[in-house]
Amino acid sequence: METTAMHIANGIVDGPVSAVFAVLAVAALAFCVRKARNDLDERLAPMAGLVAAFIFAVQMLNFQVLPGVSGHLLGGTLAVILVGPWVGALCVSTVLIVQCLLFADGGLTALGLNITNMALLGTAAGYLLVAGLLRVLPRNARGLAATAFIASVVSVVVASQGFVLEYALGGTTELSLPWVSGTLAGVHALIGIGEGLIAATTVATVARVRPDLVYALRRFRQPIVVGTKVNA
Amino acid sequence: MTRRLGWFLAGGLLVALLLAGVVSNFASSSPDGLDATAREGCTFNAEGEITGGTCIAQQEGSHQLADSPLADYGIRGIENSFLSTALAGAAGVLITFGIGAGLFRVARRRKQDA
Repeated sequence: METTAMHIANGIVDGPVSAVFAVLAVAALAFCVRKARNDLDERLAPMAGLVAAFIFAVQMLNFQVLPGVSGHLLGGTLAVILVGPWVGALCVSTVLIVQCLLFADGGLTALGLNITNMALLGTAAGYLLVAGLLRVLPRNARGLAATAFIASVVSVVVASQGFVLEYALGGTTELSLPWVSGTLAGVHALIGIGEGLIAATTVATVARVRPDLVYALRRFRQPIVVGTKVNA
Repeated sequence: MTRRLGWFLAGGLLVALLLAGVVSNFASSSPDGLDATAREGCTFNAEGEITGGTCIAQQEGSHQLADSPLADYGIRGIENSFLSTALAGAAGVLITFGIGAGLFRVARRRKQDA
């Protein structure tokens, strides 16, 4: 068998549940577009294109985690650190849509499920951890690398549990949910370690070459100002 | 866009092209974590068809776009699998960059117009 399927395929989760998550994904992405507009400046817009292209490339690089089992980067945490949560979620979604429509990877019916897990849940978990960790870790290449590693491991496991939720709601085979959840969490912890190493290397490299292009260094440390923004 | 940013983008894109076009040929071909879990509990023949048991993958349907010229990260019609993966990967990187950069540029313009 030589197929390179990497995401949820058609038929694994039934039609109604897939449709519900597709609607959810579209609504969440529309919200991300609104929020992303505040972030997009002349540096971030082309950088976001590069982050999407880079995630596409690295998702092709499956690495062995167990005998007969591989894994690949999902990219949520990497995107959050480089371009922020809103643009980051859109970057990962762009990759998933291109993979689904052009490369027949991840079912068309399952696109909403895949976006929910990898672009929304994975990115949200990565964002919460990155924002928290950068309050305590040093704001340099090393601190950023450690942040990327820890956040990646957690984010990948969270994304895998998104599938468990979808499978619980619309799974079409009778299998024990705790077994599915535990098996996926275990293997994705290992995948997360691989993703963490890739993400840490990448963000540390960008932080050394062009620290001004790293969203997490520019934005996350600023105190949050509430109520002073004039509506445009 | 400044010239320095242009160089950074060009460098980043080159790295992505090398990863998708060259390194991807050395990637593991084992099923990934999700796929492997989905296959657990079933037995498979040499063609990868399910021969028995109970597993998530039993319900897997075919992809609506399985006949896409780039399906499964290869270019249909190119026999050499190294070349096929390399070209499909490079095309994917450029297409993703083009769509991503284009969409984000439009989103940014809209903001300025508002």
